[in-house]
Amino acid sequence: MKTIIVLAYLLSSVLFILGLKNLSSPKTARRGNLFAMIAMLIAIIATLIKNEIVDFTFIITGLIIGSTIGVIIARKVSMTAMPQMVALFNGLGGGASAFVALAEYYRLTGGLKPHIIISMIISIFVGAVTLTGSLVAFGKLQGIIKSAPIVFKAQRFLNILIFTLFLIAGVLLITNPANNAYLLAILAIAMILGILLVIPIGGADMPVVISLLNSCSGLAAAATGFVLSNNILIICGALVGASGMILTRIMCKAMNRSVSNIIFGAVGTISKDIKKDDKQKVIAYTEEDASMMLENAQTVIIIPGYGLAVAQAQFALQELVKTLINNGINVRYAIHPVAGRMPGHMNVLLAEANVSYDLLFDLGDINNDFQNTDVALVVGANDVVNPSARADKDSPLFGMPILNADQAKSVIICKRSLSPGFSGVDNELFYNKKTMMIFGDAKDSINELIKLLKT
Amino acid sequence: MIDLLLIALYIFVLAVFVGFETITKVPPLLHTPLMSGTNAISGITLVGALISAGAGHSTLSTLLGTLAVIIATINVVGGFLVTDRMLEMFKKKKKES
Repeated sequence: MKTIIVLAYLLSSVLFILGLKNLSSPKTARRGNLFAMIAMLIAIIATLIKNEIVDFTFIITGLIIGSTIGVIIARKVSMTAMPQMVALFNGLGGGASAFVALAEYYRLTGGLKPHIIISMIISIFVGAVTLTGSLVAFGKLQGIIKSAPIVFKAQRFLNILIFTLFLIAGVLLITNPANNAYLLAILAIAMILGILLVIPIGGADMPVVISLLNSCSGLAAAATGFVLSNNILIICGALVGASGMILTRIMCKAMNRSVSNIIFGAVGTISKDIKKDDKQKVIAYTEEDASMMLENAQTVIIIPGYGLAVAQAQFALQELVKTLINNGINVRYAIHPVAGRMPGHMNVLLAEANVSYDLLFDLGDINNDFQNTDVALVVGANDVVNPSARADKDSPLFGMPILNADQAKSVIICKRSLSPGFSGVDNELFYNKKTMMIFGDAKDSINELIKLLKT
Repeated sequence: MIDLLLIALYIFVLAVFVGFETITKVPPLLHTPLMSGTNAISGITLVGALISAGAGHSTLSTLLGTLAVIIATINVVGGFLVTDRMLEMFKKKKKES
């Protein structure tokens, strides 16, 4: 029996890896996800036939409750709300790993080997930080907590102090494994630390935080695998941990910042004094002006940003693109890696609106084309097109790779207001002579444009 | 016992490398589904939760285990279904064009 279970776990691991491999192309991605589902099912069934399990009442109750909630969330969630949903699920995964390690502690009380205790500490610590950190991230993305960085004096000192307390509690628990007070202290410390680490992080840094928490949820699962000596947990945890790390690195690169700078930097709080003296005038244009410009264009590149998600304007935008293409205009989308609130956020929104993915281009693939483009249409994006990232050494954005919208012959920007982006930096592109600012809700503006272009 | 730990470490490190190799190839286009998919995979901890909830040890262990089963199942079921929903949208376009 034991051999069968171990072999089933092996089969499951292979399927998980094949599943991830298939995610490398949109053509095979859905099959990849199916592989992962089957792998999970095999792992669950193999576990249920273990003779360790004597009572199924709680298992079945838990599975039914969890599945029902899971199905409801998966069906109901809108594509614009995907970042907060992923944040929430990261937290649940981390929390579950911590609880399993905790349950294992109470099962084994006494006679714990040091390496098991250490694995438990890591699992509970990482899992609990992931749980509360993700809940805060969820709250910020959902708008329950204000998404601006929350900072206070001595924040970093407090974090270091709390982390030191964790280390002390950890050492005490290793030397005295039977005392569960230390373990509970670690759990409490980790939960507090999770909150403290995420509250100072602003909305636009969320892609990094979500990636990092994603990685942590995997690492917590791997640590739990060490506690249980269960290889499938170790393998899956390692895969997810690696995936999250890769995404974190890509996101950091796209912002030209380090992970520690994002976690401890709290950009946007020290409001960089926007040079008030040379406050230039911005001329607000109307949709009519913009539609005329679009009518005369031959090539258009669209740059979507978080504002597109907020206004839920993805369908309207696609309608506009169709209209433009019907008028014989070459239209493409330029996607910045950190546009939106999570990696790939814009791609999902546009996919929902039925945009063919051959029209979507990454920063590196399209950036040299702006100079030959008639119109760059910016919808709800700001910092990712701020030219000061290229030239102004004093700008907090300096060094961040941006989309060169300013090199297009003219620029149309649909935006709610002139307010700066997350960096708190003014965007000189707004004041550029070739820029047309259209203020208002992105969806309304685009619908108006469609109407004008169709007549 | 220490042998078991060492083998586990081997597996962990090698799996991290497999993860790096496979996931580096995922294009930015699919980063959101990748994230929600791996998210569901991290729900593998459900396997551990099932044992905690069903092994009938102490009440506390069972209770913690059941709680873990519930939230890990939400993670697994919700994560896979929502990933499928997203990938379906990506796939449709291929037929059209």
